[in-house]
Amino acid sequence: MKMTEISVRVNGVAMKSSVEPRTSLADYVRETCGLTATHLGCEHGACGACTVLVDDVLTRSCLKFAAMCDDRHVTTLEGLANDPLTDLLRQCFHESHALQCGFCTPGMLMAARDLLRRNMTPDEITVRNALAGHICRCTGYSGIVHAILLAASRLKPDD
Amino acid sequence: MKPAAFDYHRPATLAEAIDLMERFGDSAAAISGGQSLVPLMNLRLSPSDQLVDVSRLAELQQTRDLGDSVFLGAGLTHAMFEDGAAPDPANGLMRQAASHIAYRAVRCHGTIGGSVAMADPAADWPAVLLALDAAALVRGPMGERRIAMDALLTGTYTTSLETGEIITGFEVPKLPADARTSYVKFNRKVGAFASSLAVAVRQGEALRLVLAGAGPRATLLAATAAAFIAGAPKTSVRNTLAGEVALIVEADDPYACALHIATILRAIEEIS
Repeated sequence: MKMTEISVRVNGVAMKSSVEPRTSLADYVRETCGLTATHLGCEHGACGACTVLVDDVLTRSCLKFAAMCDDRHVTTLEGLANDPLTDLLRQCFHESHALQCGFCTPGMLMAARDLLRRNMTPDEITVRNALAGHICRCTGYSGIVHAILLAASRLKPDD
Repeated sequence: MKPAAFDYHRPATLAEAIDLMERFGDSAAAISGGQSLVPLMNLRLSPSDQLVDVSRLAELQQTRDLGDSVFLGAGLTHAMFEDGAAPDPANGLMRQAASHIAYRAVRCHGTIGGSVAMADPAADWPAVLLALDAAALVRGPMGERRIAMDALLTGTYTTSLETGEIITGFEVPKLPADARTSYVKFNRKVGAFASSLAVAVRQGEALRLVLAGAGPRATLLAATAAAFIAGAPKTSVRNTLAGEVALIVEADDPYACALHIATILRAIEEIS
C-alpha cells in the first residue's frame, strides 16, 4: 500500500508527514505528534473520548483518516491550553467533581466547549443530549452535567 | 480496532472519481464523511481496499432552486441541515430529522448522500427522502440518471447503484406551506440508530407514510395511508397497519411489531 504525504497544522504547528492511508487521525496525533490528551476508547465512534477539532469542527478522530486531513487545521485539547472557555470548563469540572479516572474528560471538554459556543444558555436536557455520544464509566454523568451548567452560568456575553 | 490496509485516492474532479470507482469496481468505496464507513472499516466489516475521497468535490456541495423542487448536493452534512445552513424544502422536516442523527461530531461530517448510499435499514435520510418522494441524481460511467428513492433502496445496505456510480445529490420537491409532516423516532439512547422510525408527509388528501428500522429498508405503508385518508375508523386503520407491519418484520417479534405500530400511529396523529 502506498504511503500518503500530508501537510497538517496541528495546534498551530505545521507538520509534514508520510502516513499509511489507514492511519486514523487519532493515532496520528497520539503517535506521530506525541499529543496524548486525545484518548482512544472504542475506535468506532461510540465513546467520544477521541474528539478533536478539524478546521474548528467537532470531529471523532477515530472516524477520520489522517490522509483526509491534508491541508486542515487540527486542534487537540493541548491546543486549547490557553482557550478561556476551555479554562472555565476545566475549573468547573474541578469544582463539580466531574471526573474520576479522567479517560473520557478530553472528549467531554471538547463536546462541552462546542455546545457552549453554539448555545450559551443550555438547559439540563440540552446538556445531556450533547453528551449522549460520550461515555463515562466513573461519574454517572451528574458531575459533568453540573459542571457544564455551572460554566454556562458563569459565561459573560462576550466570552 | 484498526482498519485493514487500503489505498487512498483523492480525485480533483467528479469525472476522475467516477473513473476510479469504475476501475476498482467492487473493491472501491467512495468516502465523504466516513461516519458509517469508517466504523465498518475499523471493525473490518468493509471489503473495500480502494478508498475514493469525494469529500472535497465542489459538485457535491451545491444547492440549486429548481422551481418546484430543490437540488441538494450529496455532500451536505447533517449539521448543515440542523443549523439551517442548507435549504429545507420540507418546511422543517429535514432540519428536524438531521438534528436527531447520531451525535454532533458525527453530524458535522456525515453527509446526506453517504447516508443514502450506505442504506442502513434504520437510517434517517432514506426514510425522510422516501416520504418526501425525492429522487437521487447519480453520475456514472454511462452519464447521469435520476433514480426515485423507492427504486434506489433495494435492501439491507444495498442500493441499485451500478459500478462506478456516485450519488451527486437529491431532487426534493418543495412542500406547500399547508403540508403537514411528522417524524417519530424511538431509540434506546439519544443518538443511537432508530429501533423504529415513522415519517409522514401529508399534502391534503395525499399521505406518504414511511417506516424504517423494520425489515431490510425504509418502506412506504400505502395501505395504511389509504385507509387513514379514506376516513376508516381508528381500529380499522390500526388493523391495516398491523397487517402491513407483520409483512415487513421478518421474525416473529411481538415487541418490534407493537413498537412500529406505536410510532406509525403517533406519526399519523401528528398529521391528522
